[in-house]
Amino acid sequence: MKEATKDKCISLTLLAVAMSAIAGLALITAFIFKEGLPIMGKVGTGSFLLSSDWYPQEGRFGIFPMIIGSVAVTIGAMLIGGTLGLGCAIVLTQFCPPRLVMFLKPSIELLAGIPSVVYGFIGVVILVPAIAKYLGGPGLSVLAASMVLGVMVLPTVTSISVDALRAVPKAYREGSIALGATDWQTTHMVLLKAARSGIVAAIILGMGRAVGETMAVIMVAGNTLNLPRSVLDPVRTLTSNIALEMGYAAGDHRKALFATGVTLFVIIMILNIIALTVSRRRARRVGST
Amino acid sequence: MKWIVGSFLAIAAAMLCFSFCAGRNNKGRAINCIGSTSIQPLAEMLSQEFDRQHPESIVEVQGGGSTAGLQAVAENIAEIGMCSRSLKDDEAGRFRGIPIALDGLAVVVHPDNPVSNLTKAQIRDIFEGRITNWKQVGGADATIWLITREEGSGTREAFVKLVMEAKDKPAAKAGQPASAPADKAGAAQAPTQHPNHRISRKAMTQESNGAVKELVKHNRGAIGYMSLGLVKDELKILAVDGVYPSLDAVTAKKYPLVRPFLYVVKSTPSQGAQAFIDFTLSAEGQHMLVKEGLISVR
Repeated sequence: MKEATKDKCISLTLLAVAMSAIAGLALITAFIFKEGLPIMGKVGTGSFLLSSDWYPQEGRFGIFPMIIGSVAVTIGAMLIGGTLGLGCAIVLTQFCPPRLVMFLKPSIELLAGIPSVVYGFIGVVILVPAIAKYLGGPGLSVLAASMVLGVMVLPTVTSISVDALRAVPKAYREGSIALGATDWQTTHMVLLKAARSGIVAAIILGMGRAVGETMAVIMVAGNTLNLPRSVLDPVRTLTSNIALEMGYAAGDHRKALFATGVTLFVIIMILNIIALTVSRRRARRVGST
Repeated sequence: MKWIVGSFLAIAAAMLCFSFCAGRNNKGRAINCIGSTSIQPLAEMLSQEFDRQHPESIVEVQGGGSTAGLQAVAENIAEIGMCSRSLKDDEAGRFRGIPIALDGLAVVVHPDNPVSNLTKAQIRDIFEGRITNWKQVGGADATIWLITREEGSGTREAFVKLVMEAKDKPAAKAGQPASAPADKAGAAQAPTQHPNHRISRKAMTQESNGAVKELVKHNRGAIGYMSLGLVKDELKILAVDGVYPSLDAVTAKKYPLVRPFLYVVKSTPSQGAQAFIDFTLSAEGQHMLVKEGLISVR
């Protein structure tokens, strides 16, 4: 009897704790939308999203270049981080002695623990001058931001891809080897295909991280309001726009920054939903086999 | 199990208690100064000296930007706001600005850049994006990379007012004592007025004087603007309209880009805040500011 009440007490307490976390999320969402949506209505959602004129002092808010900036930087980051991350995952699961894995995997995961301002600082001090010197342009650029973000998303992409590759039933691999395929043929023709949805989920979660990163991007992207014409041009992303101007903004300007936040929120939600759907589909398929 | 929950609750209770006490203790004595990152290091220096002389009070200095400082004063979060530009008309009605020093706005380029003098009209054309190559203003054949500050920064607004929006005649805006010196200096020798001069979209935006400095230092084609007192020796400072911003030229108001540094208060500051303001304006406080490259208001 007594034990049962105690159990109930504890489970209720835990429920309350869990709920408070979700309430926090709900409050933040409600607040961002409450602050941001009215100005989108006032300016017009279309012109807010598609105009290139961001002149807060004149009451003109168009975030198109920043959307493009975020997209460009994220694609670049995924080309670099996705390739490297997937490569790491393949090596770690297929071609690496277990002892080395025990050392390598934690080291890659350690990358996630480095504060983003440190990445930004290294980018500014080493990467940016190098790009300016060898490739031209101002150095602060889509390329610099992509490279920094590529390294930053590496742990996310690698560890989720490793999990996906490990989840492939052993029989697939053994069957393929038994049919006479080499290690590499087995990897790219069988394992990567079987783990495809998990890898897609890894890349999309990495994208979420890249879209949301702020500090490092502010430091290396240059933050211009212009549409970039090449990877060597500087850009401003949605997150840097908020972080750069939040401290000073008042009135409509402040609300426009919240609206920028709404845009970002929607983009990240879409990415997360895609990642969830893809990985659920995988779970179902693996379950049915 | 029980003791884990128990100790968890005890810690939570202790933290709650502590935060209440801490909050109460601070409320009585700390004077909050929030605002411009250009003034922040100066105010920190002043507050250290002030705290040493007045152990009973604490002055806490925070950055955030001129406009954020004004907002903090309006919302009673800070008693003193720090503002590195003159107050706008609507702000002048709500706040009282106390000039604490004058600062030159330095136009800076890479030390290897051969250009050493630009007119204000040239600077404006450069920042508007109409002049894009250094050879158009007598320099090497190289692209000009613009570096600006973020929207709302006091330094940016002072630059926009003094260079981009410079008018024919001395500004006719009266009733703004704090901005008077800057207005006169800014409007001298200004060419004809163009409406709606904006800083080019291509300008790279940085969020502090330090970041601007770092970029210009590493980019031979860069041009930026920053607080004169913070340039030190690492960058080349351009003469504007033929006047190099030496201490004498700025003091004599010959150099056209001068702005006020203000403390901003609501109406009557508390005794503690007033004491800190008085200290800043005292001979000693002003001497400290002059040593940092600023011009005394006394």
